[in-house]
Amino acid sequence: MTSNWITTRAWLLMLPLLIVMIAIIGWPLVDTVRLSFTDAKLVGTEGNFVGFDNYVKMLSGSNFQRTLITTTLFAVLSVGAEMVIGVLAALLLNQQFYGRSILRALMILPWALPTVVNATLWRLIYNPEYGALNAALTQIGLLDAYRSWLGEPGTALTALIVADCWKNFPLVALIALAALQAVPRDITAASMVDGAGAWARFRFVIMPYLAGPLMVALVLRTIEAFKVFDLIWVMTRGGPANSTRTLSILVYQEAFSFQRAGSGASLALIVTLLVTVLAVAYAALIRKSAGAT
Amino acid sequence: MERRSLTATIFVYAAALLLAAVILAPVVWLFIMSISSTTDLITKPLRWWPETIDLSRYGVLLSSVANSAGQAFVASLFNSLEVAGMATAAALLVAVPSAWAVSRTPAIGWSLYAVIATYMLPPVALAVPLYMALSALGLLNNVFGLALVYLTILAPFTTWLMKSGFDSIPREIESAATVDGARLDQILRLITLPLAAPVMATAALFAFLLAWDEFFYALLFTSDQRAKTLTVAIADLAGGRVSDYGLIATAGVLAALPPLIIGLFMQRALISGLTNGGVKG
Repeated sequence: MTSNWITTRAWLLMLPLLIVMIAIIGWPLVDTVRLSFTDAKLVGTEGNFVGFDNYVKMLSGSNFQRTLITTTLFAVLSVGAEMVIGVLAALLLNQQFYGRSILRALMILPWALPTVVNATLWRLIYNPEYGALNAALTQIGLLDAYRSWLGEPGTALTALIVADCWKNFPLVALIALAALQAVPRDITAASMVDGAGAWARFRFVIMPYLAGPLMVALVLRTIEAFKVFDLIWVMTRGGPANSTRTLSILVYQEAFSFQRAGSGASLALIVTLLVTVLAVAYAALIRKSAGAT
Repeated sequence: MERRSLTATIFVYAAALLLAAVILAPVVWLFIMSISSTTDLITKPLRWWPETIDLSRYGVLLSSVANSAGQAFVASLFNSLEVAGMATAAALLVAVPSAWAVSRTPAIGWSLYAVIATYMLPPVALAVPLYMALSALGLLNNVFGLALVYLTILAPFTTWLMKSGFDSIPREIESAATVDGARLDQILRLITLPLAAPVMATAALFAFLLAWDEFFYALLFTSDQRAKTLTVAIADLAGGRVSDYGLIATAGVLAALPPLIIGLFMQRALISGLTNGGVKG
């Protein structure tokens, strides 16, 4: 068999996938670009070419800027907390204690819970009149009167971050735990003989093993958090007073609630560009950390 | 083994208890809400354990009496099963041959990166044209239309998983069979695919979970019982004027059961999948 034929055969085997991907990903993406230069409505009118009007309008609007800040805040805070709590949980799960295998098995629960169920669950917990959080805090004396955690701009975003963090830190913990288990025993033992303290051991012996997998988890989680929609839609719909409105929610409102397909498309492409920048940074970081170890 | 001091041991157990409580409390509370009577759920101070266990909501949601909450719920349950099942089957169908091709033909390896890159795309980037196309084809509010759209997520994802699965099957086995005179279709059918069966099962479960979990497209492209999925039905319940919080919790428990069971039983495969590919962020 010639290598030419092998390559042709490979392409033939890929053909079904390529056709599907072009039809439902490639073409829609190109059409989103086209729409972004028109004033098309979601239903009815085809729309006219309007150049960069949509982009200018969207980028200069205060909605976009405020939403970008909210999204960044959500992504940085929730992913940051997930990484820290996840690594701490992994360090704990790497110790020897009774019930460790059960606890490890439990870590899969939040991850397996569907996102919408997680959002619904936390919405019930935060309920202003009958929620478990209000009840628990009042009964142990930390809170005088019931509060509307999701109804006040001051607490809504934090409440969402807690819900996101609870669902996702176990994933980080499981990834970190797998990395910890790859650290050779004799290296940690040798470092202890050499008199390294707990922090020095973590920083110089364990951390090099953690860095690569954690970097992958960090950037994948950041990209996911940047695209967040489900959690926020179910819990607050971007409210109160738009204090939890993220970019995906804004695109949804523009394109589907207000049916402005043109400007919605331009906004969607801006979001895509931001995610692409994150993804490229991701590839670079991973290559760098792979080279370092 | 490192010997710990008593203080360190106490600290480890305290931390383990705290972690177990943090993980379990919300899940257990969801279950307790589903079996508490409505009065127990709205008394102040709140009762943390119901006076009498009330399982009636499970009956309500799983009944098929016409025009009941149960009928809508059961319909969405079947829609979710149908959409996730069809999308998973279709994704494997296109992913397996291409994953094998990429795995065995380094010359076209770059095309895999193009496939993975699309997995990073935010769904909003495709939503408007997909909406218009489905609408033009009469596939809005249709399980086939939704399953087709789910391929945008499942096809790249399963290709990625299957490719690393095929990579771990030594190609020498295939070369040996070629030397023995086997044709390509025989090799694939008798050797490679049976060896790849466990990976395919894992990929199928992952894909099914992704589809089961999906909300954004389902919210956009479905509008009533003919196609509405479980996630949309639950969001409707949570956001609507349902005053029985226990009913919302029960719907949550039922929707969470399949993935929780898969998660607990498939733990090892899931974790190796998570760590190898860093999948499903």
